[in-house]
Amino acid sequence: MTATLDAPSAAPVIPSFDVTLKIRRFLPDDGAGAPEPYWDEFTVRAHGTDRVLDALHKVKWEEDGSLTFRRSCAHGVCGSDAMRINGRNRLACKTLLKDLDPSKPIIIEPIKGLPVIKDLVVDMEPFFASYREIMPFLITTGNEPTKERLQSAEQRERFDDTTKCILCAACTSSCPVFWTDGQYFGPAAIVNAHRFIFDSRDEGGAQRLEILNDKEGVWRCRTTFNCTEACPRGIEVTKAIQEVKRAMITRAF
Amino acid sequence: MTTIADPKAPRPPKPRPARLTTRGNTELYGWVFMRASGVILVVLIFGHLFVNLVAGEGISAIDFGFVAGKWASPFWQIWDLLMLWLAMIHGTNGVRTIINDYAERDGVRLALKASLYLAFVVVVVLGTLVIFTFDPCPAGSPADLLPSFCTTA
Ligand code: SF4
Ligand code: FES
Repeated sequence: MTATLDAPSAAPVIPSFDVTLKIRRFLPDDGAGAPEPYWDEFTVRAHGTDRVLDALHKVKWEEDGSLTFRRSCAHGVCGSDAMRINGRNRLACKTLLKDLDPSKPIIIEPIKGLPVIKDLVVDMEPFFASYREIMPFLITTGNEPTKERLQSAEQRERFDDTTKCILCAACTSSCPVFWTDGQYFGPAAIVNAHRFIFDSRDEGGAQRLEILNDKEGVWRCRTTFNCTEACPRGIEVTKAIQEVKRAMITRAF
Repeated sequence: MTTIADPKAPRPPKPRPARLTTRGNTELYGWVFMRASGVILVVLIFGHLFVNLVAGEGISAIDFGFVAGKWASPFWQIWDLLMLWLAMIHGTNGVRTIINDYAERDGVRLALKASLYLAFVVVVVLGTLVIFTFDPCPAGSPADLLPSFCTTA
């Protein structure tokens, strides 16, 4: 948008349009009976280059300050603002309104499978509990080397895809197995385990495979590919899960 | 104004009693079994369909005598026994995972699994019994319904 300010005469006119947001809202229990979720609609004027997050900002700043959602970086880096937009998990800050057919109301819900705290904010604790369980840190044995732990470009390439995860929970909360009882580790935990299992510098691979070789571990994956489709970082989540499965099978036989 | 708890407030760690005790290779073997039995079943089932419905006189040949003739040979006994057991374990395990995936309430899950395992036992026991105790030439039956080798004895 700065570019249009710099050269106002040359820039093509970006259209503005009205867009309706249909947002699933929820107020926490205030002691006066069980709270019920409900739908709220807001119509805001949006610019052709606006994202869903900009529209949400407009609602919060100009129409209803009580609308609650998470966001930090607003540029697809922090993973705060995963939400269910028109039935698909996406980052509000990476989804352009014009890509969503703004002639119809845009439906925005909190991600599924995690307890809703307020409006679009969910309790991420079960998600992070699974993440912590796979020990997302480098595990080594022996003496500390006096210099860096070296790795070739090919060794780095082996797990490059899974280093991109921003822990937004879009994948885990798109998984039908996770929706049922939330016991399944979930794709994100497996992706982050994959990042260390296939790291040549790490020596905790066997431990991590042991942890994921659980009744609620990788074997609950049904290969529905919802996670791969949901990942805003383009990580091939299902493929990573299958690679972990394969590592377990070659270890067992 | 409603007050909600500070999200950063210390929370008691979620009790996950089942987690630590559910590690092990059981699900791994189950997963491998599904793939292996699936491949074998494709051969067994299509072989079965071909022999019963296409080969020779085809579908019009199927009657008591045809089935009795097949089960007089140990080859087809083992073929059908394998098919029965693999298909039943494969199918039961598949339905078990579906129940795990979709039944949310513990009671429902327990009831569904109990009836599933009961059905498994009944079908497998009955089927195995029939394959091994089957008499191709029951005494006092009309000869035209029986396989040809019954009359030669
Ligand atoms: S794998 Fe993708 S969708 Fe899942 S938490 Fe990481 S970035 Fe988000
Ligand atoms: S706000 Fe940081 S990823 Fe969207």
